[in-house]
Amino acid sequence: MSITPACPSESEPAPANSAAQAELARRMLYFMALMRETEDRIERKLYRQGKILGGVYVGRGQEAIPVGSALHSLPEDVLLPSHRDMAVFFIRGIPLGRIFAQYMGRVDGLTRGRDGNMHMGDMSAGLVAIISALAASVPVAAGVALALRYRGTNGIAFSYFGDGSTSRGDWHEGVNMATVLKLPVVYVCNNNQYAYSTPLSGQMACANVADRGPAYGMPAEIVDGNDVLAVYAATGRAVAHARAGHGPYLLECKTFRMTGHSAHDAAEYVPPALFEEWAKRDPILRLEQRMIENGWDDRAAIDAVHARVHQEVDAAVAWADERPFPDPATLSGQVYDGE
Amino acid sequence: MPTTYLEAIREGLWEEMERDPGVFLIGEDIGTYGGAFKVTAGFIEHFGERRVVDTPISEAGIVGAAIGAGLMGLRPVAEMQFADFITCGFDQIVNFAAKCRYRWGAAVPMVVRAPSGGGIHGGPFHSQNPEMWFVKTPGLKVVCPATAYDAKGLIKSAVRDNDPVIFFEHKALYRRIKEDLPAGDFTVPIGKARIARPGRDLTVVTYGAMVWVALDAAETLAAEGIEMEVVDLRTLLPLDRETVCESVKRTSKVLLLHEDTRTAGMAGELAATISESVFEYLDAPIVRVTAPDTPVPFSPPLEEAFLPNAAKVIDKARWLHRY
Ligand SMILES: Cc1ncc(C[n+]2csc(CCOP(=O)(O)OP(=O)(O)O)c2C)c(N)n1
Repeated sequence: MSITPACPSESEPAPANSAAQAELARRMLYFMALMRETEDRIERKLYRQGKILGGVYVGRGQEAIPVGSALHSLPEDVLLPSHRDMAVFFIRGIPLGRIFAQYMGRVDGLTRGRDGNMHMGDMSAGLVAIISALAASVPVAAGVALALRYRGTNGIAFSYFGDGSTSRGDWHEGVNMATVLKLPVVYVCNNNQYAYSTPLSGQMACANVADRGPAYGMPAEIVDGNDVLAVYAATGRAVAHARAGHGPYLLECKTFRMTGHSAHDAAEYVPPALFEEWAKRDPILRLEQRMIENGWDDRAAIDAVHARVHQEVDAAVAWADERPFPDPATLSGQVYDGE
Repeated sequence: MPTTYLEAIREGLWEEMERDPGVFLIGEDIGTYGGAFKVTAGFIEHFGERRVVDTPISEAGIVGAAIGAGLMGLRPVAEMQFADFITCGFDQIVNFAAKCRYRWGAAVPMVVRAPSGGGIHGGPFHSQNPEMWFVKTPGLKVVCPATAYDAKGLIKSAVRDNDPVIFFEHKALYRRIKEDLPAGDFTVPIGKARIARPGRDLTVVTYGAMVWVALDAAETLAAEGIEMEVVDLRTLLPLDRETVCESVKRTSKVLLLHEDTRTAGMAGELAATISESVFEYLDAPIVRVTAPDTPVPFSPPLEEAFLPNAAKVIDKARWLHRY
């Protein structure tokens, strides 16, 4: 088993089907812009206005990872997103208004007000709710994949996590089990180089998360996580491997957390130069540039995508804000089946 | 200048580290960042990396390493970022640390600090009160301070204790509770409850953040002529049964209050203790005010309904008084 290093040229689209490429790029741009705008609204507006309480975690600067990967998911697949993968929810068809309702603690949120922020899921959309204990979802992904294979479907599990989560025992148990049982899992690591205040070097003694793949007998690839086309291309390889019954595949998407750990963290421990450097590699700007260079779309068309996203977010926030809070009388129901 | 609950824990840790070179801290983001709640801010600058050990996200690793170092005679203080994540180190605590002395006579002097409790809109994974998971485990000590004085005195006792201590610090008290603390070294004994407010008509037994709810309720009840005694357990394991029973003997009516969920909560053990020991002193049924048997919900109206509050205590206390 070897590690495939990041190879930007691989993501270059084949010019032959340029129309299809343009269409795919448009979808990518839409979902990335939607994630950016949604999270900006959550973190910079609604949270500051006190309409969202508790912890707020966003994936600003990491949008290419959930978008480039989840666009490969088929209806029968099941995804286990991390706390920085908002776009996965959009791609799986969760209405935007329900996501704002979730963050605002309203009945129409995916958890009906019982849980907050990105701690949400919907099995009918193939989405397992985030487990707050980091990496606890990795063994769960193995079980999901086991069930998909058991039932004879072609489905696979997408297991998402950050670099820091790979320090947990659950991660190692889940990955080892999936490799031993040759389960169809695609692991998508967003290596944003910090876990809360801890830089990667405080998390692991090896240089890359991908280095761990071969140790478990699993192919691993390092991907430019700020290049959505590269993420898409690499995920395509990983998905083909898993669907063909060859077992799990690890993608390490190198990126950077362009925020604090959460809305209350000013990230003073991150050298400002790193933010500046990574701002230049903004995945949305990079995709736009690529779209223009390749003649897939012009500036006006791109601006129209952003305008549409803005409107959709406005409408979703307005809708969510009108939704009621849960009735306290419902507090005790549905702890068990049939209540 | 009054000292906050958070500052009190900080001071206690700081003084213990100054006093005993074997005391060290281990946990996630506790160094330069100073911990998720900033309890250890400034420690690494003063005590250095040798004594303030930042770790990967590995709760089993943190607790296991603390146990190992404790077995070697050091005095580790491990920090969980949230008490909820103590589950990830559960096996090390309940299966190893708790049983070392009984099985093979080995001491594990270790403190696990665990920020717990609701009222901060944390939702099901950042609000739990997992104390009973540990109270069920012989060999551990479980401490839940309510005041800044007790927080400081108990963290110092915990560090000096020769057995593993799970130290629950209530997040909602961190910056809300403050008082003037005496200068110099003082400790609060583990295993001793205190009377937080004397009263002759009924007793409320509680701990942690609920002590403040009980005191609020007692204030209102006093205006109605009902004098409610507030017993603050401070330590859940070992349990100070004597202070509880003595209070019940004086008042003959008892209300048990905790933020934790109802079934198999601390109130159950207290009720059994009271009925075993002082049943003939009781003039009324033992009454409980607790959270319901659900996860801690996120949405503010749900969380408010979930958490016990002064109104709920007053209601039950009036009923008890009339009984
Ligand atoms: C078991 C556990 N320990 C600690 C935490 C607190 N915590 C939440 S997110 C986080 C950092 C996660 O880092 P990483 O996995 O790299 O993801 P990132 O936030 O960088 O995307 C920490 C320590 C937790 N949620 N679960």
